[in-house]
Amino acid sequence: MTFTALINIMPLKELLDPQGKAVMGGLKNLGMGNVQDVRIGKHITLKIEAVDKESAKKIAEEACQKLLANPVMEYFEVSIE
Amino acid sequence: MKFGVVIFPGSNCDRDMMDALRHDLGQEVIPLWHKDKDIDSFRTEDCIVLPGGFSYGDYLRCGAIARFSPMMQSVIDFANKGGKVLGICNGFQILCESGLLPGVLLRNENRQFVCKNIHLISDNDTTLLTKDITGKVLRIPVAHGEGRYYADNETLDNLYKNKQILFHYCNEYGEQKGKINPNGSLRNIAGICNRRKNVFGMMPHPERATSIALGNTDGRLILQGLMQRAEVPA
Repeated sequence: MTFTALINIMPLKELLDPQGKAVMGGLKNLGMGNVQDVRIGKHITLKIEAVDKESAKKIAEEACQKLLANPVMEYFEVSIE
Repeated sequence: MKFGVVIFPGSNCDRDMMDALRHDLGQEVIPLWHKDKDIDSFRTEDCIVLPGGFSYGDYLRCGAIARFSPMMQSVIDFANKGGKVLGICNGFQILCESGLLPGVLLRNENRQFVCKNIHLISDNDTTLLTKDITGKVLRIPVAHGEGRYYADNETLDNLYKNKQILFHYCNEYGEQKGKINPNGSLRNIAGICNRRKNVFGMMPHPERATSIALGNTDGRLILQGLMQRAEVPA
């Protein structure tokens, strides 16, 4: 079966995110003062051939650990459809 | 001894590095293509350089994809055998991504690409690269958008404890005071080495400061260190 893995990769919470900070400034300039914080990461989708949802998730997590995310600076979340 | 300079798709300081090593330092240099993996002619006294640039377009993360190229597998083996490896700028990012050096290089704190001369100083008399230039203020160009060195506190403390810091950013008098840090890197770190002291990474570009014609030869002093024989503990 073919599954789709939806992966979110975000900068670690304790890290400064200059890109998010720049966008935050932009939103403030737009008058959207309600926005308190902006963090910017990556969204990646993978099409995965696997026997079931569980093994598709394992494959996606392995891809994250080996290449897609760097644990020194990022964390990731995987969901499978 | 000889040098190898790895060329990745998107490297743009490979020619500068080869020119500096050949013509300004009189060294034998062999270009190494990223798709090849034969470096059997290199012995541990030799040095492989990962040059600056934007390998694989900096896609995903700087250095993340270069790390899996065939040549990098050979370079990692070479480093693990005690061979000398120097990574400049994008090369430093690749070394961090490949796990040969700890930590990571993040987007500059001020969000700008910095391209200017900065000052560096070393107080490390335990590495080939720095032992002959400790206490000397060097003027070297930087050119990067992602050079903010980051590692957790425990890693940083270990780097200091094991004397793995190569260079700090400083002012023209060698002091770490005022606006000296071009990218927000932790503790003003500009370059580090591994614990075994045969793998070196730095953001500034010594290869851009080796020629009298270009008005600055401070970079020679750094690259000359690599021409010495390593006394690497096995």
